[in-house]
Amino acid sequence: MASFFSYLINGISLGSIYAIIALGYTMVYGIAKMLNFAHGDIIMVGGFTVFIACSQMGLPPMVGVLLSVVVCTLLGVTIERIAYKPLRGASPLSVLITAIGVSYFLQNAALIIFGADTKSFRSVINIPPVSFMNGQVNISGETMVTIAACIVIMITLTLFINKTKAGQAMLAVSEDKGAATLMGINVNKTIAVTFAIGSALAAIAGVLLCSAYPVLSSTTGAMPGIKAFVAAVFGGIGSIPGAMIGGILLGVIENFAKAYISSQLSDAIVFGVLILVLLIKPTGIMGKVIQEKV
Amino acid sequence: MKKFMTAAVAMAMAMSLVACGGSDKETASASTSNTDSKEGATFVIGNSGPLTGGAAVYGNAVKNGIQLAVDEINAAGGINGYPVKFVCEDDEADAEKAVNAYNTLKDQGMQVMVGTTTSGACLAVCAETANDNMFQITPSGTAVKITEPENVFRMCFSDPEQGTKAAQYISENKIAQKVGVIYDSSDPYSAGVYENFAATCKEYSLEIVAAEAFTSENKTDFKTQLQKMKDSGAELVLLPFYYTEASLVLKQAKEMNFAPIFFGCDGMDGILDLPDFDKSVAEGLYLLTPFSAESTEEPTASFVKNYQEKYNDIPIQFAAGAYDSVYVVKAAMEKAGVKPDMSVSEICDAMKAVMTEIQVDGVTGKGVTFTKEGEPNKQPMAVVVENGAYKLK
Repeated sequence: MASFFSYLINGISLGSIYAIIALGYTMVYGIAKMLNFAHGDIIMVGGFTVFIACSQMGLPPMVGVLLSVVVCTLLGVTIERIAYKPLRGASPLSVLITAIGVSYFLQNAALIIFGADTKSFRSVINIPPVSFMNGQVNISGETMVTIAACIVIMITLTLFINKTKAGQAMLAVSEDKGAATLMGINVNKTIAVTFAIGSALAAIAGVLLCSAYPVLSSTTGAMPGIKAFVAAVFGGIGSIPGAMIGGILLGVIENFAKAYISSQLSDAIVFGVLILVLLIKPTGIMGKVIQEKV
Repeated sequence: MKKFMTAAVAMAMAMSLVACGGSDKETASASTSNTDSKEGATFVIGNSGPLTGGAAVYGNAVKNGIQLAVDEINAAGGINGYPVKFVCEDDEADAEKAVNAYNTLKDQGMQVMVGTTTSGACLAVCAETANDNMFQITPSGTAVKITEPENVFRMCFSDPEQGTKAAQYISENKIAQKVGVIYDSSDPYSAGVYENFAATCKEYSLEIVAAEAFTSENKTDFKTQLQKMKDSGAELVLLPFYYTEASLVLKQAKEMNFAPIFFGCDGMDGILDLPDFDKSVAEGLYLLTPFSAESTEEPTASFVKNYQEKYNDIPIQFAAGAYDSVYVVKAAMEKAGVKPDMSVSEICDAMKAVMTEIQVDGVTGKGVTFTKEGEPNKQPMAVVVENGAYKLK
């Protein structure tokens, strides 16, 4: 029983990181209708920013995290302005390929700047672990902070989208770009804000990811990025609660598969479940079918 | 997946540019001095290893070890009266890049290869050296098949040897009875150690209570595997893989309050050199090694002293194995009486014939001899991490 709880908590912790990354994917997809494949690499940039600020320059962890959010937000907005905005009217395929190009660019830039050696990341979270069931179940500080961060982000985002003007503008743009423009919404600005939020979330995900698994290299963000993309599709791409549910389910399924079926086949099982879900519900768990009106 | 492949290729290109820049300079200066000297003839020893990337600690240790031995040999009058030149290329522990590096090294006149550093790369390169009939000795390539060609020898224990020696060591020193294993099933080195460890456990009355795998696609979260070890009541957990992943395993075990004896093989060596690594999680970690920098015996003591003077770093077993490999090459060359103007193939044939006859007192073992199959005969040792440093057990 104790092991079951351990597996579950580890799964939720891993899934929370996937969920925070998936939020970035899903928001950008919902509003700009593009898959931002560079999202995973922004996570890596976030990790490196904290690494330099805290491990190299000795700044306090909170300052490092804030700095990383600022750097990633600026980076996200800049990438959007330089690489994606000029392609606003182009075919989705061109935008997709540009996103892959940006992803390579970030990875290789990091490789040149930081070298190929794996860096050991010092966790920014200094909370002692908590034990349950006579010490049989241990929850690390990183796990608690990750799960808490995930919940806080989820609530804040939902409030932001439903209660603020900028959030309503996002909803409008996601439903109909043309109509939103006619209503006086600045579509370009709204998309830029979306990228800013997505990238800030990526920074936080990067810090949490590197704190929980303290190694850092130029490809750190790649695999979690792919998994989170899967989580976003799983939950229904474009849907914010969907990204959360998809991320956490993915983490839990992955960990249970590892624990009870096979530690080698866990990835195969995760992707197998994804295929099943998509066969039964092609828009994902929370995905909406939007009817095209002619 | 494709994305990663392309990224890896792009990375390789970037890195090889850097590597070329460095070595071009070295070769240029070396070749001028070559043509200037009256005799002109030198032996050229080549190596490729991961000078950058996740296994860079090994690659650089091997490079330094070879350089130290070559410098000593040159200072003492060379081999058979001829000076030795050392050329080195970066292969990032990748098979394809290692073959490219091998071709570059041949262009630089390599006659004998002391390399490569890592198993995967070595498997690719030994097929090439077998084709060219070039004498090769790997200081640290542990995969079984490396020594299949007649021209390839090995300075370290092979994977099965390591698995067997680990079981032998654990049993003979009564470290534990119930053992668990976590291994990387996508890596032939890790799986190789595990399979042979499992096969010999019975012989040494050890009980494997849990064996869990992970793959290279999923190598950051080990909590599930560790939980299973904990549930199985394992007193000792064997970690036959590289230090980058091992550092994560140790940290996560500490978070879980799980403190068995962790036991690593040669891939674990270098974990204390990881920058910013929290050494407290490695406390009590055993590591099977043929070499300990703690030893006060000769020639180890003076090797450690010279290495520290030259590189300001304590040598790990990779450096020691590389250092010994060069002396093995020297012993074989002297016994066979080869000269630099002989062809690569002639040198190889002459050295192959005498390899079973030589005996070398090295820093990784006294009176090391070689079998016809290319394997070394020597005793294993283990060190344990105490107060953030390796202590000889």
